[in-house]
Amino acid sequence: MDAILLQILNGLDKGSAYALIALGLTLIFGTLGVVNFAHGALFMIGAFCSVTLQKILTLSSETLSATEKDFLGNPLKIKTPYVESWFGPEVGASIIDWAVPLAILFAIPVMLFIGFAMERGLIKHFYKRPHADQILVTFGLAIVLQEVIKYFYGANPIPTPAPSAFVGSFDFGPLLGLDTSLAYPYWRLVYFGFSAMIIGAVFAFLQFTTFGMVVRAGMADRETVGLLGIDIDKRFTFMFGIAAAVAGLAGVMYAPINSPNYHMGMDFLVLSFVVVVVGGMGSLPGAVLAGFMLGILESLASMNEVKAIIPGIDQIIIYVVAIIILLTRPRGLMGRKGVMEE
Amino acid sequence: MAILEVKNVGKRFGGLQALGDVNLNVEENTVHAIIGPNGAGKSTLLNCLVGKLIPDTGSVMFDGQSVLGRKPYEINQMGISRVFQTPEIFGDLTVMENMLIPCFAKRDGAFEMNAISSVMNQKEVVEKAEHMLEDMNLMDKRQMHAASMSRGDKRRLEIAMCLSQEPRLLLLDEPTAGMARADTNNTIDLLKRIKEERDITIAIIEHDMHVVFSLAERITVLAQGTPLVEDTPDKIKGHPKVREAYLGESQDAA
Amino acid sequence: MFGLEKRDTRLLIIVAIMALAAPFILNPFPTDSAMAQFNAGYPDLMQRFVIFGILAIGFNLLFGLTGYLSFGHAAFLGVGSYSAVWMFKLLGYNIIPGMVLSIIVSAVFALAIGYISLRRSGIYFSILTLAFAQMLFAIAYSDLIGRFFGTPITNGETGLQVYTSDPQYFHNENLPNIPHLFGQEMQSTYTLDVAGWSFDFSFGYYLCAIIMLLTFYLAIRIFRSPFGMMLRAVKSNQQRMNYTGLNTRPYTLAAFVISGMYAGLAGGLLASMDPLAGAERMQWTASGEVVLMTILGGAGTLIGPILGAGFIKYFENIFAKINDNVLHSWFSFMPDGIEDFMVTIIHPFVGKGWHLTLGLLFMLVVIFLPGGLVEGGQRIGRMFSRKKPSDDAADGTTTPAE
Repeated sequence: MDAILLQILNGLDKGSAYALIALGLTLIFGTLGVVNFAHGALFMIGAFCSVTLQKILTLSSETLSATEKDFLGNPLKIKTPYVESWFGPEVGASIIDWAVPLAILFAIPVMLFIGFAMERGLIKHFYKRPHADQILVTFGLAIVLQEVIKYFYGANPIPTPAPSAFVGSFDFGPLLGLDTSLAYPYWRLVYFGFSAMIIGAVFAFLQFTTFGMVVRAGMADRETVGLLGIDIDKRFTFMFGIAAAVAGLAGVMYAPINSPNYHMGMDFLVLSFVVVVVGGMGSLPGAVLAGFMLGILESLASMNEVKAIIPGIDQIIIYVVAIIILLTRPRGLMGRKGVMEE
Repeated sequence: MAILEVKNVGKRFGGLQALGDVNLNVEENTVHAIIGPNGAGKSTLLNCLVGKLIPDTGSVMFDGQSVLGRKPYEINQMGISRVFQTPEIFGDLTVMENMLIPCFAKRDGAFEMNAISSVMNQKEVVEKAEHMLEDMNLMDKRQMHAASMSRGDKRRLEIAMCLSQEPRLLLLDEPTAGMARADTNNTIDLLKRIKEERDITIAIIEHDMHVVFSLAERITVLAQGTPLVEDTPDKIKGHPKVREAYLGESQDAA
Repeated sequence: MFGLEKRDTRLLIIVAIMALAAPFILNPFPTDSAMAQFNAGYPDLMQRFVIFGILAIGFNLLFGLTGYLSFGHAAFLGVGSYSAVWMFKLLGYNIIPGMVLSIIVSAVFALAIGYISLRRSGIYFSILTLAFAQMLFAIAYSDLIGRFFGTPITNGETGLQVYTSDPQYFHNENLPNIPHLFGQEMQSTYTLDVAGWSFDFSFGYYLCAIIMLLTFYLAIRIFRSPFGMMLRAVKSNQQRMNYTGLNTRPYTLAAFVISGMYAGLAGGLLASMDPLAGAERMQWTASGEVVLMTILGGAGTLIGPILGAGFIKYFENIFAKINDNVLHSWFSFMPDGIEDFMVTIIHPFVGKGWHLTLGLLFMLVVIFLPGGLVEGGQRIGRMFSRKKPSDDAADGTTTPAE
């Protein structure tokens, strides 16, 4: 029982990532009618925002030690990060320690800018082109983005630790009145909470602002909104920026969970597509629900007890579930009629 | 004998009762017009006949067989062809190919794996298509991309495509909508000629009263999802209820 | 000739001559000249040209005609390779059973995947095929089926290969220990040295080339048949199809299966040239590459996919070979500073950066030249001759001539 609970908890963080990416995909698809194959790359770029900030913060000045020598007898080189020399060693060290959360502040403008630039520079010209062209051009962009990252950061994963305050695990055992311990890393808790907050913020934004109302109306019926004389263009650009930021933030905070590498975006994208399809194309709650559902299912399937019965089921469970759902409910869990049907 | 029998058909969209309780008989070898103001449910009714929509209640019988629950292509194979309000043709294909496709569909049915022999080697189909094009005066445009034709030509092509299937019932959804007067008159002449030359029943939805009274042998007036009256054109013209509900405003507008 | 119209016969003959004379055409530079690195006339590379040509021709039958964009075609390539290697393991190195099985198995997979994916169209279809391909990749990469049955089926990360302990029922000492066709080794090559040139004639290449020509001929027949016309009608207007009494589902499914069989055959041939099958052949990048070949050449045209496949495979090979030394030698005529600058600029795009170039190419083609090389060629041709567009459509995308 507690093993199952633990797996459910473990599924939450991956589920959060799926849900956030799928949410952005659905927003873009619902408002702009474009399927963005480069959305996974945005998630990846977000993760590399963490890496970059960490690198910037640890930029160091080198001084020669007056007293200590290295093993060759030369004076030992001491690296002092600039932040430490500016803010003093203690404050500086803790700034470096908190690089990942700080990267949120860094990532928001970066992601918004990338989102705006992508929409204005590329996507905009593809609204009237066939779906196949939209898929192809964003696919090409995804390759370019990931190769650029690979060029600058190399092909190997770059460990990006969470602040030391979050190292360690929280024991759910006693809390739930279990005899055994149920250790769950703090950072994953943070990630889940953070994701829930972003999801909540996106929904609140859509629910309570005029802008959000127009977007929701647009998702329900694009033509009518066009007739209302609302300047759709600007809103589209902004919406794309928001979706990019959501994916980016999901990536920023995910960096400590899995060391970022250049192809993580595509890995997540394919599964996020499945999430969108299972949730129902064009349904925001569907995307979130399916994201968490599939994340948890994947986690449950990786239990040894399950794998003993069907080996390797953890790697295909998402696809299998997707196929079953599509065969029984072709529109997905919460899909509406008429969306995506030519 | 009625070739098409619509009985107690009703259709709701959410809170909107698009069709109330429609009863309608279309007699064989007649031209039957369905008229009515905007939102009267004409298009909904048409969509129920061709399988695009499934009515909530009632039955639709074509030649003694129910069409309900059948897919559009099955209904077409039963002998109902439909001409759309905006011409639905294969825009990327040539005029000749547009004509060939229904001819193949007539010969081979809903699916035929005819993948090796060249189109041009199927002499009887090609001849039939060429004959239809000549008949419709489209022969000189045969190599043109269908999308680049004028609206009137597209309409004629679409009608020709439907006719090449030798349907028993031809459904026309506002065939002259958006046409200039001359084109409209050409279309009327074309439809008259079709009616004279073939054993065919035509059901037509139309706004233009000139078209309706030039062609129709019977007219059903639809208002708010239910048939108001059904009669011959002469009687309809003089019918007070119809004038009030429809014709008066229509003629003012025209 | 061959039951084709004049124009198509001409096209087929041109392609045949190009394919059969490829060892000459692709080796224009003497062996020890500086330009020899641009030669492409090695058996290994030429085989890849024609095998990926087959793959792209098949992909085009689906995407070019029906407009259904499959993003999982590499799965069939992989399935074909695994099937062929299994035949080598069980029966022996004669490639015929491998070819046959790879076509059959990929047809079965295509039927199952197509049956589900084709319930939807547009983006939905692309995503579904992508998901299926990734699932098959995951299954192959960690050999899930093998682990289920307790014996390797795809042999996971290592990849499937032939071991001496394999049964190989029809193998005997007289037969070569590498893939062969009734005793004739795939690798057997005759080298012709003329002056400074050296030309390789490989049996494996010619076999692949002839198979490619056969599949190309079949593709022309399909393009010109009523079935091919129906597929183009599906792309143009499904609504009209339905209201013309035509059921679109079996048409698209048939196209999907045929195109999957082409991919399976290509996979089987890859395994015949090098008796190995690995999961990386099924990854989404491989699927993307097929798509790129087809649109780069010109989707919906006959010759386009072959051109695209050759173009991509050629530049993949050449670009991978260009390193900083080569770049320095190119720009050595420039002043030092500019030379270094040029090398730095170009460096990210060559060598290991080929994928970056590929991605950019992808975007540029989709943005500026959606009709691919064929359309580009037509545009250039039109600029010079000022003929009517319909006259120089060498590929004949639409018009069935009289």
